[in-house]
Amino acid sequence: MKRLYFIVIGFVALLLASCEREQRRFQQGAPSTDTSQSHASMDEIYPGGARPPSNVANVYEENAYMVSEGKRLYEQYNCVGCHFHGGGGIGPPLMDADWIYGGEPQNIHDTIVEGRPNGMPSFRGKIPDQQVWEITAYVRSMSGLLRKDVAPGRSDDMSIKKPEESQKPEPPKK
Amino acid sequence: MQFLPSRISPAYWDFSARIPRKSSCLLFLCLYLCACNNSRSHVSEGQFPEKGGFQNNVYQGRIEPDDGQWVRPAKDYASTRFSSLDQINTGNAKDLKLAFTFSTGTERGLEAAPLVVNNTMYIVTPWPNVLYALDLTRPGAPLKWSFQPKPSASAKGVACCDWVNRGAAYAFGNIYYNTLDGYTLAINANTGQLVWKTRLADFTRGESITMAPLVVKDKVLVGNSGGEFGVRGWLTAVDAHSGKIAWRAYLTGPDKDVLIGPRFKPFYSQYKGKDLGVSSWPPDAWKIGGASMWGWISYDPELNLIYHGVANPGPWNSEVRPGDNLWSAGIFARDPDTGEAVWYYQTSPHDLYDYDGINENLLLDLPINGQMRKVLVRPERNGYMYVIDRQTGEVLSAKPFGFVNSSKGVDLKTGLLQYVEEKHPRLGGVVRDICPAAPGAKDWQPSAFSPRTGLIYVPHQNICMDVEETDANYIAGTPYVGENVRMLIGHGGFGGEMLAWDPVQQKAVWSIKDHFPIWSGALVTAGDVVFFGTLDGWFKAANARTGEVLWQFKTGSGIIGQPVTYKGPDGKQYVAILSGVGGWAGVVVSGGLDTRDESAALGFANASKELPKYTTKGGMLYVFAL
Repeated sequence: MKRLYFIVIGFVALLLASCEREQRRFQQGAPSTDTSQSHASMDEIYPGGARPPSNVANVYEENAYMVSEGKRLYEQYNCVGCHFHGGGGIGPPLMDADWIYGGEPQNIHDTIVEGRPNGMPSFRGKIPDQQVWEITAYVRSMSGLLRKDVAPGRSDDMSIKKPEESQKPEPPKK
Repeated sequence: MQFLPSRISPAYWDFSARIPRKSSCLLFLCLYLCACNNSRSHVSEGQFPEKGGFQNNVYQGRIEPDDGQWVRPAKDYASTRFSSLDQINTGNAKDLKLAFTFSTGTERGLEAAPLVVNNTMYIVTPWPNVLYALDLTRPGAPLKWSFQPKPSASAKGVACCDWVNRGAAYAFGNIYYNTLDGYTLAINANTGQLVWKTRLADFTRGESITMAPLVVKDKVLVGNSGGEFGVRGWLTAVDAHSGKIAWRAYLTGPDKDVLIGPRFKPFYSQYKGKDLGVSSWPPDAWKIGGASMWGWISYDPELNLIYHGVANPGPWNSEVRPGDNLWSAGIFARDPDTGEAVWYYQTSPHDLYDYDGINENLLLDLPINGQMRKVLVRPERNGYMYVIDRQTGEVLSAKPFGFVNSSKGVDLKTGLLQYVEEKHPRLGGVVRDICPAAPGAKDWQPSAFSPRTGLIYVPHQNICMDVEETDANYIAGTPYVGENVRMLIGHGGFGGEMLAWDPVQQKAVWSIKDHFPIWSGALVTAGDVVFFGTLDGWFKAANARTGEVLWQFKTGSGIIGQPVTYKGPDGKQYVAILSGVGGWAGVVVSGGLDTRDESAALGFANASKELPKYTTKGGMLYVFAL
């Protein structure tokens, strides 16, 4: 009897735990890219005051499908050609805590769209904005910044690094 | 060669340690079977080169006279990197002392050879490609002038393997060199003023320039980089006085672009036919097929021929480009006046492994089978030491000088490389333990030849790789590779070596092994001393006959530069080397890469992942004397 009791408790616990699964949102719109709303600062000094209100949140960071799309697009748009699977080579690594041009979602989005003066190409007008946000979400998963149940759990490639869901979180230094 | 458990990463083993032993055995069996299911892990025989004893083959051919200066990276047109200076010899090399230093103010890899002309030393840095002139007549060799070309910072984004520059060339009172963003410059050697500047490469399409130009007669010869960016390779001759383009030979495409005409007489039949640079590719693939020219050029004034290599075809994923992919991964002989091709030989037909054919060609006259032959000796990326008749393009011999299992040899009848089928990379599967890896048994780092010992001194690496082909999408200005690569230290457990090779006996004589690839060039002198540097920063002098290390000095950073020697204004012999880790082998340090990703830097970061524990970045010139 006691055993059954434990089994029931365990089952309920399991059920409750599974409530924490990511929510599948259909027809998810991209975050706002209205620049008046954007606060993609890359600095820690704000003359005459505190840091402006927080950056645009990337709702795709809550959505496993969007993140996995981001992973696919990261390869298809040749991001992988310079940054490889996060370790870097031609471009800097993306799986660590160092962000030259900021590690907030808006910073990464802007880096992809605007390009950066030391070799990062500008993809303005080349990648649909929704896809840029998907790539942005995936890029942040590389340094463990996404929930484990959203971050990709496997790669369809040869095993060259731990999957993103097992990546130790490394919050951006800047 | 069996499957070596020691080559599995330690993290794999830690995982099993937390599980009871019996189940861990089972788990292991499962893991092993799963891994095999997805991969093409094959036991295949590879081979190290044959070893022979030292036979003193005093060179019978001619060697260019030496005035104690160093006017081009390869020293002479034959590319021997041999100096007749002999003040520093095997007896006194142990007494070498630091004479002076100079900071380059850069953090990226220094692959260049310093030049010494008219008691001035010239140094080219990696991007931002500053040219420094140092006055050797004054104590401490102070700065005379510097020239800042201010290349575009964006060009760094199309440099496959660090922002390197392999050096300058002196002629007609000018220093000629190239910038990463695609210009060739002529700078007045006395004043540091710009004489002319010509744009040759378009970095917005993935082209860059990293090679050292060669000046032949009144032409400055320059080739492009960008084989990982879907460029179309070329070699261009620029008029040394005006900066105007004299001719350009594309290295893919129709014959008229490649400058193939009536004078083209290749030795082997597979290179005969019309427009093979088009028909050996899928439609239009030759337009983005790589075949760049970022390496070395040699010149034979008697035959009036230049010899240059051609780099890998793109993308690395070879399934998307069926065919021989001419004229990639081979050697051209050309007339320097017109650019006309005279012969061609393909070292890696339909290249499967990024075996760029851009290594140095040493032009020597050697007794082959009892007969003196004018040959070209090329320690080739695919692992073979080619001896080629430089008048006809006939391969006389090709013996492995490093560990090779990706091919079985070279068929001397057809000239064809004999690939090993089970090492053939595929889409949707992993092929393991391919030796040599993509950088080859030897990359750009140039060897030296001593006429006193008859030996070639070959700095090279010993690394293998696991490969999986992936989709390759061409987007102009971005990489066009289509491959996941992980490199590993090779068989025998060493990363590289300085190898002394007897080109007549076609055997290895001695070697000095190192934990890391040897990514520096070699220098040999009439004092029978060989100089080279290691990735962890040791600058070494070795006995050219025995391989005994006579002296070594720990520089501030890893060495990937080319040592040179010269006679100073005081009559003393000096030896100079640039220290500053980087390049493909060292970008793991200079680029601050994260080695948790084993594919970083096209997979090379994994083979040199220990390097950050041994050295840090930073550029410095070191000059030594007795």
